[in-house]
Amino acid sequence: MTTVSLDAARTALSSACGDVTDAGPADAVDGVPARLVARPGTTAETAAVLQAAAGHGLTVVPRGRGTKLSWGRPPERADLVLDMSRMSAVLDHAAGDLIVHAQAGTLLADVQQTVGSAGQRLSLDESVPGTSIGGALATNTSGPGRLVVGTARDLLLGVTLVRADGVVAKAGGRVVKNVAGYDLGKLVIGSFGTLAVITDAVFRLHPLPAAQRFVTVPFGTAEDAAALVQTMVHSQVVPAAVEVEWRVDGAGTVGVLLGGTPAGVEARTAATLELLGTGAEAAETPPPGWGALPWRDDADLPEVGLKLTCALSGLAPVLDAARRAAADAGVPLTLRGSGGSGVLYAALAADAPVDAVAAVVERTRTACTAHGGSLVVLEAPAAVQAAVDTWGPVPAIDLMRRVKEQFDPERRLAPGRFVGGI
Amino acid sequence: MSGTHGTQTSAGPVLGDTPPEATAATGEVGDNAAGMAAVGRVARALMPDTGVISDPTQLRTYECDGLAHYRVTPALVVLPETTEQLAGVVRACAEHGVPFVARGSGTGLSGGALPRADGVLVVTSRMRTIREVRRADQRAVLEPGVINLDVTRAATGEGYYYAPDPSSQQICSIGGNLAENSGGAHCLKYGFTSNHVLGAELVTPQGDVVQLGGLAPDAPGYDLLGTVVGSEGTLGIATTATVRLVRLPEEVRTLLVGFRSTDDAGAATSAIIGSGVLPAAIEMMDALAIEAAEAAVHCNYPDGAGAVLVIELDGPAAEVQHEYDVVERLCQEHGSFELRLAIDATERALIWKGRKSAFAAVGRISPDYIVQDGVIPRTALPEVLRAIADLSSSSGVRVANVFHAGDGNLHPLVLFDDGKPGAGEAAEKVSGAILDLCITHGGAITGEHGVGVDKAAYMPKMFTDDDLDTMQLVRCAFDPGGIANPGKVFPTPRLCGEVPGKRKHAHPLVEAGLADAF
Repeated sequence: MTTVSLDAARTALSSACGDVTDAGPADAVDGVPARLVARPGTTAETAAVLQAAAGHGLTVVPRGRGTKLSWGRPPERADLVLDMSRMSAVLDHAAGDLIVHAQAGTLLADVQQTVGSAGQRLSLDESVPGTSIGGALATNTSGPGRLVVGTARDLLLGVTLVRADGVVAKAGGRVVKNVAGYDLGKLVIGSFGTLAVITDAVFRLHPLPAAQRFVTVPFGTAEDAAALVQTMVHSQVVPAAVEVEWRVDGAGTVGVLLGGTPAGVEARTAATLELLGTGAEAAETPPPGWGALPWRDDADLPEVGLKLTCALSGLAPVLDAARRAAADAGVPLTLRGSGGSGVLYAALAADAPVDAVAAVVERTRTACTAHGGSLVVLEAPAAVQAAVDTWGPVPAIDLMRRVKEQFDPERRLAPGRFVGGI
Repeated sequence: MSGTHGTQTSAGPVLGDTPPEATAATGEVGDNAAGMAAVGRVARALMPDTGVISDPTQLRTYECDGLAHYRVTPALVVLPETTEQLAGVVRACAEHGVPFVARGSGTGLSGGALPRADGVLVVTSRMRTIREVRRADQRAVLEPGVINLDVTRAATGEGYYYAPDPSSQQICSIGGNLAENSGGAHCLKYGFTSNHVLGAELVTPQGDVVQLGGLAPDAPGYDLLGTVVGSEGTLGIATTATVRLVRLPEEVRTLLVGFRSTDDAGAATSAIIGSGVLPAAIEMMDALAIEAAEAAVHCNYPDGAGAVLVIELDGPAAEVQHEYDVVERLCQEHGSFELRLAIDATERALIWKGRKSAFAAVGRISPDYIVQDGVIPRTALPEVLRAIADLSSSSGVRVANVFHAGDGNLHPLVLFDDGKPGAGEAAEKVSGAILDLCITHGGAITGEHGVGVDKAAYMPKMFTDDDLDTMQLVRCAFDPGGIANPGKVFPTPRLCGEVPGKRKHAHPLVEAGLADAF
């Protein structure tokens, strides 16, 4: 970009795509100013834009609806924001085959509305409101429902990608069972836009349950929470979700979702109330904050957002370590997540001293890794990002670098956002 | 997957020698003899004598996997007992440019473990330890040679089982399942191997040992594990697998339902799926497949059925009762004339015996047959079955249909007598035409058996050159030398070229035995 004029790049991009504008302050990516924004309407236009960008040496940051651009590390540069919001069509909903095919910029909510009319759902919880399916795939977001139906990797059947050099490639297909060729869909899930640009995707769908019920029970200690979670995951009630929340004020709740037929759910709710014991209550509607990331409870108040994972048997020590580290550092902390899957999210106030946040991150990460998991700093102010290891240790990082070198040898796709500076 | 007793009699039209189209994929004896000799020396230094086979007679016992009409005798067979031994052999292969092929139990049906004449066959059958059953984590940690069914046996006492259940589960290995992303009857509800393998220790084609995923979900970084599972041994060899264990259901109901025609059975299948009920399995067999199963295992399927469905419902008792009522009603509405509910485990086993032995049973009614594996959208089932029937009647080639109806995963068995001139070619033609039907209906050329050597030539019908080229970028990242199971999956290898910063061999410290490459 330093050697090429912006005008020449803009001209080339404009002939590739009808919607190219200069970037404004709102287009900055995690504080890194962007220079141009292209909004392609088709896969072919996306390919032409990426070709033009390659010809002018532009770095490219793909953007769905811009709800998670602050996740990960800031990119080294963001010459061109590739905005996918014009590619927002549900291309096909084959209800009888329980599949949906949609463009990457489609709002997850719009997909749900389309398939919901046939009594179906894409079992990908909208943990960040307003997300597009491309953005959900690129950041591998998930919610309470992951306990039974899994995450994006368990739902994605096929994908169309545009490589950094503008080559269009498909992998997978439109059928639920398919082992022909490499599963590139799994490779791009959670890749933060660093390997290729997703332009459309095919997902498997599930029937909407006819009835559902939420059962909650308070807990006081990390051991109690872990014991309740173990009780539920080993039970025969087959919960659709087992969530754990531990608020700043020390109030802890285990939440269980049951889904199925009205009669079945009623019987399973009774069994769950008995298993969870004193204080357990059933409700028709989700408890407050259900499935939401704890640092997004108040959108006006920026916070530090962490993702913690561990083996299920490590739940108590991880909960305990996070709470103790926060207390010792004097930083208020909220924990919430899919305890039954070994996934928790933690929120710390953004105005907490950087050193204190770094201490909480380090101590909690030690507990997570001791129990087979990891800690990732998903969202944080620049000062915090500068002081912590965002992604933490990554096994097989050399192999990941080699994959990146093959797909994007010039490092033009979201450079620096991902693990190990990828 | 193959019959439960490993007596797969599948034979294509060309018997004995490797078909001509396969030779480029399987190498020539004597290619790089010096390199081969060097790898042999390394293997003997790493392993006891019984772990290295070079005697020609013994080598021949490894010449094929479950797809027996492709046969190639490997130059060397190694049977490592540890990751260190296996990685040492692979590292030597990388150093000397010698291709290698991994093999578990050798039950694969696409020739994925077909050896190379100029290469090493790495057999994982001596790495058969179940390292851990971790009930609290709902996980097990396994060596690659562990037999699929043994995982369930080890977990049953804890109230758990391993869900993916290929028909060969009594003999197939977890490593082979991982390589092929194996399915099975119950993946309709529970998913495939890729949904159940959550971690693996992988020996890369360069001989490095890396950990991908593990006990916790969502490991940061690219989901390399998701790409390795199902890559048919072309991205390395898994030396451990961390798998999900699933809670044994409170209640299981297995139904056998007789229909007059496959049309009726197909319509019932669509109605069940469309109703919101998700059975653990819906399997279909047509009249010819039923005839074969009766001849072989006397499973006592309904007389005069043009098709049967085997439907299994599982889960909380309160839900299963409701699902059963819905399934019974929908079957009746779509013309079922008999519905049997297994009253105990013995009856359930008999129902499943008819289904799971179907491939091998076809040997009772035909001297030779081809097992096909294709996928269609399940709503296209009646239409595609009629088209297969038309193909069969116009060609005079009999086709028995056994398949995972709920998934739309077809396993047509194309019957022929290789003693009759031209019969093999005619069968091959019908088999290929069935795959074309799958592709034109928006399906896939393989649902669970893999591409292997058998279907590499079909890949361009499903994928463009750019698609295949992009997949092979991954190959180049893992295996720049192209030595891991070359000739499988892709019809044409991609030349990887030199990428800056890539090292060809193991790290010097690792080579010198001073460090591990975790």
